Amino acid sequence: MDIRLLLDKPTEEEKVAVDALLGPPESAWRGGDYEPLDGRVAYGGHAAREQRHLLLPALHAVQDAVGSISKGALGYVSERLMIPPAEAYGVATFYALFRTDRSGGRVVHLCDDFVCSGRGAGEIASALDEAGVRWEPSPCLGQCDRAPAALVHQPGDGYVSVAPADGSALGADPASDQPPPVIHQARTELRLLRRVGVVEPTSLEDYTGSGGYDVLRSAIEMGPDEVIGHLESSRLRGRGGAAFPIGAKWRGLRQAAGGGKFVIANGDESEPGTFKDRVLMEGDPFALVEAMTVYAYATGAEKGFVYLRGEYPLAERRILAAIAQAKRAGLLGDNVAGAGFSFDLELRRGAGAYICGEETALFASIEGHRGEPRQKPPFPTERGVFGMPTGVNNIETLLAALAVLELGGEAFSAIGTQESTGPKLFCVSGDVERPGVYEVPLGTELDELLKLSGAIEPMAVLMGGAAGSFVDEDQFGMPLSFEGARAAGTTLGSGAVVVFSSATDFSPVLRRIARFFRDESCGQCVPCRIGTVRQEEALARLDARSPLGTEADERRRLDDLATAMTDSSICGLGQTAASAIQSAIRLGLPGAPS
Amino acid sequence: MNVNGRPVRVDAGSSILDACRAGGVEIPTICHGPTMTPANACRVCVVEVEGSRALVPSCSRPAEEGMEINTDSDRVQMSRKVILELLGSATELDRSNASILTWLEKAGADTARFGPPEGPKTRHSPRPGHHDTVPIDNAASVHEPVKIEDDLYVRDYSRCILCYRCVDACGIEHQNTFAIAVAGRGFDARISTEFDVALPDSACVYCGNCITVCPTGALTGKVEFDMREEGSWDESAQEVTRTVCSYCGVGCNLDVHTQDGRIVKVDSPHDHDVTLGNLCIKGRFGWTYVQSGRND
Repeated sequence: MDIRLLLDKPTEEEKVAVDALLGPPESAWRGGDYEPLDGRVAYGGHAAREQRHLLLPALHAVQDAVGSISKGALGYVSERLMIPPAEAYGVATFYALFRTDRSGGRVVHLCDDFVCSGRGAGEIASALDEAGVRWEPSPCLGQCDRAPAALVHQPGDGYVSVAPADGSALGADPASDQPPPVIHQARTELRLLRRVGVVEPTSLEDYTGSGGYDVLRSAIEMGPDEVIGHLESSRLRGRGGAAFPIGAKWRGLRQAAGGGKFVIANGDESEPGTFKDRVLMEGDPFALVEAMTVYAYATGAEKGFVYLRGEYPLAERRILAAIAQAKRAGLLGDNVAGAGFSFDLELRRGAGAYICGEETALFASIEGHRGEPRQKPPFPTERGVFGMPTGVNNIETLLAALAVLELGGEAFSAIGTQESTGPKLFCVSGDVERPGVYEVPLGTELDELLKLSGAIEPMAVLMGGAAGSFVDEDQFGMPLSFEGARAAGTTLGSGAVVVFSSATDFSPVLRRIARFFRDESCGQCVPCRIGTVRQEEALARLDARSPLGTEADERRRLDDLATAMTDSSICGLGQTAASAIQSAIRLGLPGAPS
Repeated sequence: MNVNGRPVRVDAGSSILDACRAGGVEIPTICHGPTMTPANACRVCVVEVEGSRALVPSCSRPAEEGMEINTDSDRVQMSRKVILELLGSATELDRSNASILTWLEKAGADTARFGPPEGPKTRHSPRPGHHDTVPIDNAASVHEPVKIEDDLYVRDYSRCILCYRCVDACGIEHQNTFAIAVAGRGFDARISTEFDVALPDSACVYCGNCITVCPTGALTGKVEFDMREEGSWDESAQEVTRTVCSYCGVGCNLDVHTQDGRIVKVDSPHDHDVTLGNLCIKGRFGWTYVQSGRND
């Protein structure tokens, strides 16, 4: 394929950054210097086009090095990967962390989502303005347990999370590592969290010393069918929000015909108010690597990805280090642990797009495209990433699968309720004395979680983040199980539990949720692309006491939008974009449209 | 399978839309073009499939044995109406194809219900994932200044509903040129060349195959655009003459549209099995010589 490029050339710095990832260009046809041979030989074709999946890593390389993506840099990346520049531009302008509209330089991404804005994000913004530090608002950064949060990008040095953020300190270079999260429960009660903050997350030796890789060893002894049998008898259901039975998911992938299967760990945790996967990935990265290896072994996949949201730099470093050590120890690669199967695991970074947590959007992103979801069916086990059978599991789900194999399926199923088995992580934040990740058996009452975390005069709780719904004190007694949540008309969703005290004015909270969905809509389908805009506008007009027609008209408009978005959007984003707002209206929360 | 309670039989591999049409049931479509793989983006073709929680796009969902389809339930009508209202609230639809205009009326869509649309503004390079203000008196719109960069065709993106048809025609479906793509995200998504450079600086080869698939008049030949602007474009006064392109030996059929004895547009029949409606720059735009030197 011929591609036509703009005349702009990359700077030396941009070129070095791309070449560090892709290696030096092999000919003048691919961005190198002209050699006499290039006049007679053309390179390209399938081999070149198959590198499309390196587009995001290449754009990251440029963005990381210089802080923005210039015409010259985009052209060079396009030429190296044989991607039409218009397409590469379409991808670069889809992801919030890539910038094509400004010069590079240091920038502070400051979370202004509903947890951080109630915890002083506004004051920090003023302090940064005063100090002349360049900052940009960001949706939830997944640090709600230590709000307010910021993510600092210093081109050349990479990203660093800062939480709790302090306005005066954000001008200087922050420390790259954060202390481990505070776990408020007794260690003996914990299974999923038991290593977090206790076992050194950068040492394979410490991991194996604490029981690590015992599961892989016993899985290999059992064989794939028995492994999946345990998952089936455990009745473990997915922890990412959809609650799909995991045994069936693994079995489906195992039975999918043909080779070339993929397994993917979905670490794109971007649901506002959710941070459990970050805590696991930062605190127990080897467990993730081990769980993925077991997943691959049981399903016959030879290649796996960890898709990590771009705003989790510490998790990235920890997982990369864990993968490297596991490879050196023969626990990844050819002939894993001497058991005769191969498994290669690679980390891919997202670049600021909530939608990429949706599995088909995630596939598109790994393949080097805009993170646009597609219609299902076909389902991933049939046609997933690169068109091959693929299994996608949430990070917590993978660690729960390890727990199943540690305990045995039957024993695991004894924890929790009949329909909702096992321990579950909840991310408690907002108006509580002890925000953090809590591990409780499914079926535990919400009240108890509120007590554990020291909820302060709770008036309402947002379950499952922006895509979830509010419950008020009438439902505080509900059991935290899939069926309990359903009966209470809500969802466990991502495990976010955001507490709002009786002092809360919900109007700005709902406006922020509406803004979030508008900003994060991929733009593909009409009900979501335009519906989320109209929803935000209606809330803005009601806030300004300037309704279009009467307030009842605005309510009807919001209801119609909610119905159309829920019924006819392509994916879960549009289908849940009105959920929290509608629940606040139903409950009559102060500040919600009445 | 059953459509609205009546049995319908279609070949395996057909879509629900095919089945509905086979059963004589009309379904509105916008992003679905007869010569293209459905983009599945506009969602006006949604129908209710028994057992499915959300509504289902009929254009891209394969028909299955035993499906129970309802194309006219309250839920379907509601979504269809709101989707058309949303499109009309943000986009100028008055030059859309007849099907869109008919369905707007049939669905009872009130495109003004979200407020008067914002006036034109430049939409280049907004930050993905961010927007600044929310208008109180207007409804955000996609209106932007018309892009006139040459004598061949005009891009009026105030009419763009982002159906992806032009992108697909330029790329994998027909032309394999990839001069345009969807850039930006969410409501700020728009059709763009790299860094929004003008078409002559892009990979565009001026085949105009994007024009022929555009359902809303966002892409039009310059002659047609100028005539529409001055109010002289009148399809009822036009004749269409089918002929064969005289440039090369492929033999593409041309439909030559004439008004008052002058050529005003050239395209190719979409059901033609050689062209599928596609032409090259010469066939589509290389006809001005016919009229040059005439002094009438």
